[in-house]
Amino acid sequence: MTLHRLGFIFLLYIAFSIAFLTLNARGNWDFVLSFRGTKLIGITMVAISISCATVLFQTISQNRILTPSIMGFDSLYILLQTMMVFFLGGFGFASLPQEIPFFLNFTIMMLASLALFGTLLGRSANQARQDLHRLLLTGIIFGVFFRSITSFIQRVIDPNDFVIAAASTFADFNTINTDLLLIASLMMIIALAALWHYRHELDVIALGKETATNLGIPYKTRLYTLLVIIALLISISTALVGPVAFFGLLVSNLAYQIIPSYHHAYLLPAASLIAASILIGGQVILEHLIGLSTPLSIVVECLGGLTFLLLIIRGTTR
Amino acid sequence: MIRLSSVSHQIDGAKILSNISANIPKGQVTALIGPNGAGKSTLLSLIARLQGLEQGSISIDDLDVVTTPSDELARKLAILTQSNSITARLRVRELVAFGRFPHHKGRPNHKDLERIEEAIEQFDLGDLADKFLDEVSGGQRQKAFVAMAYAQDTDYLLLDEPLNNLDMASARNLMRNLTELAAQTGKTIVIVLHEINYAALYANWIMVLKQGQLIANGPAKEILTPQIIADTFGIEVTIHEIDGKTLVMHYG
Ligand SMILES: Nc1ncnc2c1ncn2[C@@H]1O[C@H](COP(=O)(O)OP(=O)(O)OP(=O)(O)O)[C@@H](O)[C@H]1O
Ligand SMILES: [Mg+2]
Repeated sequence: MTLHRLGFIFLLYIAFSIAFLTLNARGNWDFVLSFRGTKLIGITMVAISISCATVLFQTISQNRILTPSIMGFDSLYILLQTMMVFFLGGFGFASLPQEIPFFLNFTIMMLASLALFGTLLGRSANQARQDLHRLLLTGIIFGVFFRSITSFIQRVIDPNDFVIAAASTFADFNTINTDLLLIASLMMIIALAALWHYRHELDVIALGKETATNLGIPYKTRLYTLLVIIALLISISTALVGPVAFFGLLVSNLAYQIIPSYHHAYLLPAASLIAASILIGGQVILEHLIGLSTPLSIVVECLGGLTFLLLIIRGTTR
Repeated sequence: MIRLSSVSHQIDGAKILSNISANIPKGQVTALIGPNGAGKSTLLSLIARLQGLEQGSISIDDLDVVTTPSDELARKLAILTQSNSITARLRVRELVAFGRFPHHKGRPNHKDLERIEEAIEQFDLGDLADKFLDEVSGGQRQKAFVAMAYAQDTDYLLLDEPLNNLDMASARNLMRNLTELAAQTGKTIVIVLHEINYAALYANWIMVLKQGQLIANGPAKEILTPQIIADTFGIEVTIHEIDGKTLVMHYG
């Protein structure tokens, strides 16, 4: 049954992709296909990054309403980006190879998440669970804090500089940063290979620190490795389209609902394909069928936000 | 043999265990007894490397628990903790199956599946195997966790109050199974018990903790004396020998 459902989501993704590539295409097919194909790859990469990062984060925190974005990961990315523009000036920043800010942001985000989790690690299971609420609040507060500093800097910065920096504070699935596509896809292959390697251990890690340790997982080492992978995936998605707050929550919880299994070997692909189908299908429907100009990011964030509310009201914290 | 030497443990400056040195013999059922808060669970979790060892050393058959790789230890020793809080939504069979993880690392073979079914049978979970853990009773849940530790099939089995929530017959069956397991397969079983007559009836060896100190450690017959029990729990008891079995009695 699990495989059937996974197959169905995959077909859905393929169908939307074909529609995305071909619908209302006029003129030079080579151009259309390569233009839309690049976009399709970019959106798919963002979908995979966001959903894998979210599922991973929920697995290690044993909590299904936390996401890296709610914890302020991508706000930190944007803040760092904006600060670089501030210090280097718009022109200085623009003349940097884009890989440099990407890796710098990734490194800082990784260190920040290791520091945050490191303080919670030594503690017993009971305390850790209580601390989860503190963790959630801390993350939300940091997120708001990072965003306010960002918007403050953007105000004092020369407006032209800001445009050059292209450090948008909201996601835009229409303008994918194609300069970074190559390096981002390389990094993503590494991250996904690592995840696939750890897929069985992830099932055990979801049982919590004590059980996982009893079953032979070097818990601390794995946790740190996974945090590095999460930071990398969030860096990729933020660099490509910008910060997405609630979308990960929507797709991870859809995956838990649709896939009747605790196996990450199914959950990770399912969440990724659901995310990609929503983004690409949403794009097709909004652009071609309804002809609406509402950005897709607003629609998915809205749905994600509703999921967040629903989960909190239902009290589903596991 | 489990070898503890000069093991001490502190949490936030409070002394939880002070300088414990003891050997727990191989192939026997050892009961770990002592008042609430004595440090029994802490000691077990240190032996099972669930908490970091700060002072002293612990080894299991000459494997040092700090330096031995975690997955190697997982094939040597299994622990059932006192409070099992798994937030994932699992069926009973899935939980029991996790006990085999150290052996198959995610790809269960024929032997693993057999062992899982055997564990399910052993603890009367057959009818419940496809239910979710949050759909069974507290005692049934407890049995599932014991079955998981059993399925891990390690030479050493540490059980922290496994009789919690079990009815009279289930508790007796579990204790019988464990003693048989030790006698027939040479497994070493360390079990935290509060009901002292279970210790008297089933344990070969008894270890007594009080306020983080080791009060006594030795063959069951030598430990179960009115003096040691009065020192440990502060209650007067008499010890009786009935049909060759030891019975500890107190009078209201
Ligand atoms: N996380 C913690 N923080 C502070 N103190 C703790 C913590 N965990 C345990 N303790 C203290 O350590 C001491 C030993 O606790 P432990 O759980 O080992 O006792 P126990 O012998 O297993 O008791 P019980 O029979 O009630 O299970 C207790 O005094 C307890 O208050
Ligand atoms: Mg205890």
